[in-house]
Amino acid sequence: MDFFVDSLSSAILLIGSLDPELFEVIGVSLKVSSTSTLIASLVGIPAGFLITFREFRGKALLITVLNTLLALPTVVIGLFVYAFISRRGIFGHLDLLYTQEAMIIGQVILIIPIVTTFTISAVSRIDERYRETALTLGANALQTAWVVFREARFGLVAAVIMAFGRVIAEVGISMMLGGNAKGFTRTMTTAMALEYDKGEFVLSVALGIVLLTVSFALNIIFHYFQGKARV
Amino acid sequence: MKKGCFLIFGAVVLCIMIVGSVSVAEEKVIKMSTTTSTENSGLLDILLPVFKKDTGISVKVLAKGTGASIRDGMDGNVDVIFVHAKAREENFVAEGYGTKRYPVMHNDFVILGPAFDPAGIKGTKDAAKALRKIVEAKSKFVSRGDDSGTHTKEQELWQAAGLSLKTETKEIVKKGKKRNVSFKSPGGIGEWYFSIGQGMGKTLIFAEEKQGYTLADRGTFLNYKLGRKEGFDLDILCAGDPALFNPYGVIPVNPKKYPHVKYEMADTFARWLISGKAQALIANYKIQGQQAFFPDAVPDTK
Repeated sequence: MDFFVDSLSSAILLIGSLDPELFEVIGVSLKVSSTSTLIASLVGIPAGFLITFREFRGKALLITVLNTLLALPTVVIGLFVYAFISRRGIFGHLDLLYTQEAMIIGQVILIIPIVTTFTISAVSRIDERYRETALTLGANALQTAWVVFREARFGLVAAVIMAFGRVIAEVGISMMLGGNAKGFTRTMTTAMALEYDKGEFVLSVALGIVLLTVSFALNIIFHYFQGKARV
Repeated sequence: MKKGCFLIFGAVVLCIMIVGSVSVAEEKVIKMSTTTSTENSGLLDILLPVFKKDTGISVKVLAKGTGASIRDGMDGNVDVIFVHAKAREENFVAEGYGTKRYPVMHNDFVILGPAFDPAGIKGTKDAAKALRKIVEAKSKFVSRGDDSGTHTKEQELWQAAGLSLKTETKEIVKKGKKRNVSFKSPGGIGEWYFSIGQGMGKTLIFAEEKQGYTLADRGTFLNYKLGRKEGFDLDILCAGDPALFNPYGVIPVNPKKYPHVKYEMADTFARWLISGKAQALIANYKIQGQQAFFPDAVPDTK
């Protein structure tokens, strides 16, 4: 019990003292996670639309593969990307390993399947008549997609929230590709792992509380958009 | 009816198996927290099988930084700790968490760097002077930054180099009291000073990748340099300064503090480590023909 009281008071102290390192860590987390979510959304949402509306050979197989990729462990992605960008790898000369860019690459790979599959399920759920009506009214493919997009907003925002939640909470990719360098690639989750390794559990849990608070605040904002989409 | 009997029989067998394995595990296993450098150097792979043959006790190894290992001992999570931060170990015993510190061995730290040596420290024997040069040249330096024995040593060396250190202090609450956690560095964080908060092996890989300088224990370095197929693209640029000395100690956790620890077996292990046999194994442990550790205990005359 003491442990949780200690952790909670430490968390309040940390935030109250405007600890610069804490804000740095939150900043890196938000920057990297939102960038990768943005990139993944720009790729995943159009991909989801295409897969839903185009008929092609192997479509069912592709969806199954995407669903399987939802369970891709972060260490596998970490290793895979590592092999390409380490000094001994093909892209070694770019000096990418242990940078924020490396983390973004890994995270984008992690969440593209999430955004794509959630888009597919959000879009498939929209009544077929919307599309048919738009088409009969003479809308072209892009305009039709826009109609469906508006109808599917709620599910699409949910897809983005899921993806963002996944990357801001993951530790494997950030640790392996970012390297947890202080003031550079240290995120909230890798900082927690570090404080745990140091035996500073209280600080680790305090960071966890801050992480939850930040996620909560972001979800309130997202929810506001979702609420609007409903109307 | 027949099916029911079969099920009951199966359940009984399963219970016996579970109970059996638990009681065996209770008799013959102790848990040890140790530093990542001990584990990464490969020495434990030599010592522990022989210890098991001698006593029938197997040791479950949890490799962490020295800070976390000592913490494990303080929380009674393990039976014995095997670490290298002498002052903190003595504190651990003084506060009653451990029974006694047995000096086991030492190795030394070395300053590693890339062959092109941007700070020009090659051949410098004085570790403090070498570090000053690295700071002056603002060359990349990768630090453990994880409160481990190696990190403790690094902070001592920065201090000895007479550099103005940047100290960051964080206030936390422990047992209802406010306490400070501090972190010292020569500055340049996020520019040329990389504090990565990970084990020795990861730190070596990071430093190699960035072609920067780092402080490492010789054992782990030798294993990475000579014990791997891939080799290792950094070299020893500064070594031999007595300030780089790195003593290891083993401490059984005090049963007065935590009655559940397996003190008897932990103490057997500690005494075995300082016995003539183990000390000889340590002295003879070589990585590619190089001695990695130097025994510290007086060989007993048993």
